[in-house]
Amino acid sequence: MSTTDGPTLVPDAQAAQDAVNRESASKKAGPFQRFGDRWNGLRRPQQWAFLLIVVALAYALPVLDIPILTTEPGNDWPITCFNMAIFALAAVGLNVVVGYAGLLDLGYVAFFAVGSYVAAMLTSPDSPFLHIPYLWTVPVAMAVTMFFGVLLGVPTLRLRGDYLAIVTLGFGEIVRILATIIPAMKGQVGFQNVGRPPGTAADGSPVFSNSNGTPWYWLALTIIIIVLLLVGNLERSRVGRAWVAIREDEDAAEIMGVPVFKYKVWAFAIGAAVGGLSGALFSGQIGFVNNQKFDVPTSILFLAAVVLGGAGNKVGAIIGGAIVAYIPLRFTAIADYKYLIFGLALVVLMLWRARGLLPARQRLLAYGRTAYQRVANRDSGPPTAVAAEEGDAK
Amino acid sequence: MTSETPNSASAQDLVLDELGIDQEVAEGAAPERDIAVGLGENIMEIRNLTVKFGGLTALDDVSFDIKRGEILGLIGPNGAGKTTCFNAMTGVYKPTNGTVTLDGESVLGRTRHRITRLGLARTFQNIRLFGEMTALENVVVGLDARHKTSVIGALLRLPRHGREERSAIDRAMALLEFVGIADDAAVLSRHLSYGNQRRLEIARALATDPKVLCLDEPAAGFNPAEKEDLMTLIRAIRSDGYTVLLIEHDMKLVMGLTDRIVVLEFGKKLADGLPADIRNDPRVIAAYLGEPEDDAA
Ligand SMILES: Nc1ncnc2c1ncn2[C@@H]1O[C@H](COP(=O)(O)OP(=O)(O)OP(=O)(O)O)[C@@H](O)[C@H]1O
Ligand SMILES: [Mg+2]
Repeated sequence: MSTTDGPTLVPDAQAAQDAVNRESASKKAGPFQRFGDRWNGLRRPQQWAFLLIVVALAYALPVLDIPILTTEPGNDWPITCFNMAIFALAAVGLNVVVGYAGLLDLGYVAFFAVGSYVAAMLTSPDSPFLHIPYLWTVPVAMAVTMFFGVLLGVPTLRLRGDYLAIVTLGFGEIVRILATIIPAMKGQVGFQNVGRPPGTAADGSPVFSNSNGTPWYWLALTIIIIVLLLVGNLERSRVGRAWVAIREDEDAAEIMGVPVFKYKVWAFAIGAAVGGLSGALFSGQIGFVNNQKFDVPTSILFLAAVVLGGAGNKVGAIIGGAIVAYIPLRFTAIADYKYLIFGLALVVLMLWRARGLLPARQRLLAYGRTAYQRVANRDSGPPTAVAAEEGDAK
Repeated sequence: MTSETPNSASAQDLVLDELGIDQEVAEGAAPERDIAVGLGENIMEIRNLTVKFGGLTALDDVSFDIKRGEILGLIGPNGAGKTTCFNAMTGVYKPTNGTVTLDGESVLGRTRHRITRLGLARTFQNIRLFGEMTALENVVVGLDARHKTSVIGALLRLPRHGREERSAIDRAMALLEFVGIADDAAVLSRHLSYGNQRRLEIARALATDPKVLCLDEPAAGFNPAEKEDLMTLIRAIRSDGYTVLLIEHDMKLVMGLTDRIVVLEFGKKLADGLPADIRNDPRVIAAYLGEPEDDAA
């Protein structure tokens, strides 16, 4: 029997190597890494208090109109806030596909487009279809895009990496082209007067008017919070674990019992539904949908939002989405170069192998916090099986 | 498990005694598990297994049995086809010919995750953990193979999800403790030491609750003390009622641990029998033991 008790000590060289690994890992971490660490060090009530302040500030954002932040006079500030929320929401959805499951989807704008068209075609007077109240189009848009997500996913998700990227890129174009050639989708003419949520202000004008971004922003923010909670539930469950396992090592995941294909399709479906949701909100606020807004570069912007924010981190995705929407509206002088700027940002991130602004990793266990605290609290753990048996042998 | 254990409790004790295993230790590590040791009964049957890569026949008409509760060694020189045999058994490669059954059910033709749920788990020669997950999360992925929560259940945190999550953490911690790395539960698996990564692979495979556990060179790169610990661990695993198939180059470890040995050479089965017989088999000596021993450490 060996003299070591329980786990064998790491040889010194290995320990040194580990230390180096750890160090380099923290170097590559994003600028907000320390914030993430500190956040995890806080106790639950402190976290709640902090969150409450952040949420309150987020709701106050369109009203605050802080001088250096504001996009006025060039762009209306509340509408800018709404656009940031739309991009953030889409990024949260794409993050499920790209960040969690590791599936490179270059055609995400297609789901955004489908959501927009569903909302428009079910509410606009220009549409010959059945008309339903605007708010009802939101779940319908999600269901329809989810269906498209499955439709695209089932034949393609058996493909690996690069092939999947190419097929999704094609899908992104197909939706735009279909909108152009199918007469019922009215091409460039599009749909005017897309519906809006009910409610009239004191002066008789609708609360959710096209010119007033604030209520729309509040609606979008509320939806973001709900989606965040639900996505968080998925993350801290077998679903999130399956996604991350697939991202880390697809074959090993399958061999460990993860139904890889099924969970990939779910990632696609859920990502699509959130994209559709964001599209439906977008078309409601703008009030007008045609085939001009859903091009491949927009897909890349969504992707840039996810990667900039720190792929895999839902809060990072929100920040990334907000930044990608904000910068061109704030700095109108450079707005024309936004693809160049975000493209360069992506290249720099890749070159430095940096992991985005907020790369805090996923928490994949519903009760992980208490479990890890238990581990941290035990000074010298109870004897291991190996040690116990050694004890018996003596 | 009752149908698989024709032996009465006393017969089981006898078997355990014969194997020199302390019943209490066996029950301590996996309390809810029936100890299914019925020596002589086949749990897996591999028949005429053939795997071809283009022109290369990596595995040629190999047949052997794995008996319930034993530690079966699979040995052979480098490139003999041992890993290929694992891969064919666990659905990674589609064999050109042959059948594999586990407890009477055909393994081949099932998808890989179903094979796992049928009761066949493995570790990898080149470690394949989920690097960005903690040790604990890696093990819980293995446990998920037996979980029933649906996506909707997880989305809405239905009661079953909560139950499964809670019990998963307890079970995963017990498994980490069993393999001796519980203190590292919160460490990302890519930050674990090499030896602990190998242990974690074993814990993750055990988490899928296999009937047969296949270990592909679990001692590769270990020093003698670590090998000793590993042998103790594998014995403890077997005494918990798992059947173990072990690929290993270290002859001392193989001879000290296994009940029977199958020898492969150039994709063909060369011999199969008790360690003492294998050690003295002239063909094996010529093919394998005669060669300068491959020292992976
Ligand atoms: N995917 C593959 N494609 C082509 N040839 C392969 C493949 N996998 C294995 N081989 C070949 O099959 C033969 C058997 O390889 P295998 O990995 O099974 O050997 P092994 O007994 O596990 O050896 P080692 O002790 O080095 O791990 C080798 O000649 C190898 O080159
Ligand atoms: Mg091998």
